[in-house]
Amino acid sequence: MSLALIAALPFLGALLPGLLIRSGRNACALATGTVTALALLMLGLHAPAVLSGEVIHTRIEWMPALGLNANFFLDGLGLLFAGLILGIGLLIILYARFYLSSRDPMGQFYTYLLLFQGAMVGIVLSDNILLLLVFWELTSLSSFLLIGYWKHLPEGRQGARMALAVTGTGGLAMIAGMLILGQIAGSYDLSVILQSREAIQASDWYLPALVLILLGCFTKSAQFPFHFWLPHAMAAPTPVSAYLHSATMVKAGLFLMARMWPVLAGTPEWFYLVATTGLVTMVVAAKIALFKDDLKALLAFSTVSHLGLVTMLLGFGTKAAAIAAIFHIINHATFKAALFMCAGIVDHETHTRDLKRLGGLRRLMPVTFALSTIAALSMAGVPPLNGFLSKEMMLEEVAHTAWAGQVWLMPAFATLGALFSVAYSLRFIAHGFLGPVRKDYPSKPHDPPFGMWAAPAVLVLLLVAIGLAPMPVAGWLVDAAAGATTGGLVHAHISHWHGLTPALWMSVAAIGGGLILLSAHRPLMRAWLATPRPEAKRLFDGVLEPLATAARGVTQGLHDGALSRYFAIATVAVVTAGAAAFLTGSHQGGTRAPTPVDLVPVVGWFLLIAATVALVLRHHDRFLSLVFVGVVGLIVSMGFAYLSAPDLALTQILVEVATVILLLLALNFLPKRTPAETGLARRLRDGAIACAAGLGSGGLIYLLMTRNAAFPSIADYHLANAKTGGGGTNVVNVILVDFRGFDTFGEITVLGIAALVIFALTETVLRAGPANDRLLGWSQRHRQAGDRHPLMFVVATRMVLPIALMVGIYIFLRGHNLPGGGFIAGLVVAVAALMQYMASGFGWTSARKRVEYHALIAVGVLIAAAAGVGSWFAGRPFLTSAYGYVTLPPLEKFELATAMVFDIGVFLTVLGAVMLALASISRIAVRAGERVSATPYDVDLPGDGYGDR
Amino acid sequence: MIGYALTYALGCFGIALACNLWRVLRGPTIADRILALDTMVINMIALIVLYGIRQGGPLNFEAALLFAMTGFVSTVAYAKFLLRGNIIE
Repeated sequence: MSLALIAALPFLGALLPGLLIRSGRNACALATGTVTALALLMLGLHAPAVLSGEVIHTRIEWMPALGLNANFFLDGLGLLFAGLILGIGLLIILYARFYLSSRDPMGQFYTYLLLFQGAMVGIVLSDNILLLLVFWELTSLSSFLLIGYWKHLPEGRQGARMALAVTGTGGLAMIAGMLILGQIAGSYDLSVILQSREAIQASDWYLPALVLILLGCFTKSAQFPFHFWLPHAMAAPTPVSAYLHSATMVKAGLFLMARMWPVLAGTPEWFYLVATTGLVTMVVAAKIALFKDDLKALLAFSTVSHLGLVTMLLGFGTKAAAIAAIFHIINHATFKAALFMCAGIVDHETHTRDLKRLGGLRRLMPVTFALSTIAALSMAGVPPLNGFLSKEMMLEEVAHTAWAGQVWLMPAFATLGALFSVAYSLRFIAHGFLGPVRKDYPSKPHDPPFGMWAAPAVLVLLLVAIGLAPMPVAGWLVDAAAGATTGGLVHAHISHWHGLTPALWMSVAAIGGGLILLSAHRPLMRAWLATPRPEAKRLFDGVLEPLATAARGVTQGLHDGALSRYFAIATVAVVTAGAAAFLTGSHQGGTRAPTPVDLVPVVGWFLLIAATVALVLRHHDRFLSLVFVGVVGLIVSMGFAYLSAPDLALTQILVEVATVILLLLALNFLPKRTPAETGLARRLRDGAIACAAGLGSGGLIYLLMTRNAAFPSIADYHLANAKTGGGGTNVVNVILVDFRGFDTFGEITVLGIAALVIFALTETVLRAGPANDRLLGWSQRHRQAGDRHPLMFVVATRMVLPIALMVGIYIFLRGHNLPGGGFIAGLVVAVAALMQYMASGFGWTSARKRVEYHALIAVGVLIAAAAGVGSWFAGRPFLTSAYGYVTLPPLEKFELATAMVFDIGVFLTVLGAVMLALASISRIAVRAGERVSATPYDVDLPGDGYGDR
Repeated sequence: MIGYALTYALGCFGIALACNLWRVLRGPTIADRILALDTMVINMIALIVLYGIRQGGPLNFEAALLFAMTGFVSTVAYAKFLLRGNIIE
């Protein structure tokens, strides 16, 4: 369990910074640090066991059917990486506390950071490659947030986008590769895959899987030719650069190559792909780094170069090279994170990172100078620092590795890479800190407060310690990690002096050559600037731009905001699918005899057709079309009644009334005519589509109704169980409140939300703004009749009100056994109340309204929820209903079901939702200068200010 | 006997519906159409009741009752819209 908890802890902790930022920046940083420290502590508790060779497993079944399980394991390699991620993470949190200015939203920063940290820890602890892929994608997403943290900077946004595009694409390739690997091994668990070396390397799919996985690794670890995104990601705040681009994210690719080393490495394909890419990356990036003036760009390219170095070592496929690779990962994390933080300090204090504008900081910032110098010398590979040790080991391996039979090739290029590395490392010191003090710094530099240089100082101490006493300080960790990488017992021998080996001479050549290069930097820089180079960002944009244009073209072609377009596309798709199925499948006519037809249904059918056709022909007149819609609604309600669906008929009758009122309310403020917007050709096309769809569905229904169903209907089950299971004889109602009560619960919630949205929208319209101004200036176009609230209507509706309420209660109470229920009762009462609004006026009715409609909705949903929760107390699942029979003396025996409580919730929600929607819209009219009547029976009289607008 | 009477009555109301439709479609004024729609609702109530008698069940009468109770609301709404523009004022 605790391994999963280590990975989960940063995710859970990510909630804290956002909350605690209100208590101040220190509390926020402290909380973040505590989360990371806790995870580190939990990791540390496992360390002794792992170092003694144990592998710790945690298995949680997630989706076993897919082979996706939350399995974690911890071995030496995982321990090393998790330790780096959490340990350096802790230092970064400290550093960021002092680095971020008071204008930066710190809570957001730490939240993103913890999300990223959790994703990284997840990668290195995953025992399931599908789980690993999930975390892999999460690092891409969370690093996108971190790189683009300064949202106001276009470079930040573009850099984040580029990083996401490149690493995300690589991630896609890797998913494919991993799936192939899992198929070959027969399991998605790493522990199993790592045992299947022979099967995997013998498979025909080995090469495709290898290439796809490597694509993922190379893009993540910024290997040539995908290296271009890393320098652009430097637009991020320096703590991000130090964390993501020195210790963690870019090392995820290396981690995966190391993790897969036992199964993938050792073949010629692996060697040529990985080692060559690593070598090219190392040399090319080191050369570019030498000519970068921006401190962070220099460090970015040097990072790429060092990642190339490690990749190359992993590519050799030998145990000794793997040891060197692991050791260099540790060393690089220490000196590069320290250097990034120092570059950040320089930027923070002088407000520039441009080496051309710096120099002479030695006296002004002595502490920073000391830290940077030690770290840079380590990066250059100067003895006795730790960078020297791993570089010697690298050169030693290179010295006896032949590339395509050429013995000289690898050593020569590796020495060249090391030479550039010395040159740019020393340039960082020479051009940044040495030289005379200048007078034109953008800001007067001085050393930062202790909190800011504490983190790099810890790292520098560490790198010196490793350099002076490699075996006691780091040897055990290298042994454990390299042992896990190579899948065997490993004993590293790290020492400063190996005798007069070729590696030593290569090292000497590199340092000497580097010094010469640095002294000749000025003319070299001029030559560099004069030669044309491919600009990565332009190329990238050149590839992405057409893709984006194409995507935009497709999106806007399909999704242009016109409803008719969506309908056309959807309908054509459905009709095509139906036609294809019809034409390619076998089919025959139904065998059922049609039922005899009466005269009246034929008349009804004719009414429906005629009204629909009239609606299509006259739809430009909106009021007239509403009258036709009334006819259609009438026939539909009648249809339900005639075809034995009384519940639906009752509902439909009431829904029609509410719909007409709603549409008329809206139409008052809309143009009364729809302008003709389409030409004849377009109309013919749309008409053809509509006819095809109509004929298609008509034919389908005909064929369905003239035959028996292919599968037994679910209706029988409900008919048989409604009484025994739900205690009601009205199957429709029992389904609504009992069998499918959970669906109904969801539906009434949605209904309530919809009504609240209508309320919120009208509220927005009524607030000061252009829409409100238009309403205030709105005037009734045509002459109005004087009778605002006709006496007869008022009297009739008041007489109807108690009757309607009684009908509502009646329909509600008997709903469980006969047509009715909460939904219909809610509509009945709503229509009765609406009548009062229409007859006696908004003001008069509102004044007599005791309960807010919002509250009705809320209470309704709560009651329904309470009815569901109640069944928990009886030890049953949510919304299990119970019923019993009760006898009260003067009445007959009657049934009480808990479903009735639920139905009360439905009733209240429906009532509240309908009333809130209609009342909200009628408020618009009130705002448009309508005078609200205080008394009933009022009429407009000339001069009294009512009707003479 | 009642069967013949029902058939005759159903036929009459069916024809009445067709006549209503004629008025809804032809107008000539919008008030004619609204009145025709209202008459249609009343004829529908009659039809429901007649079917109820034919089937012998009580359920249809409730649909008729609801129609009778709320059917006029739409008509009033249409009329009020014509007269005042705003139906809830």
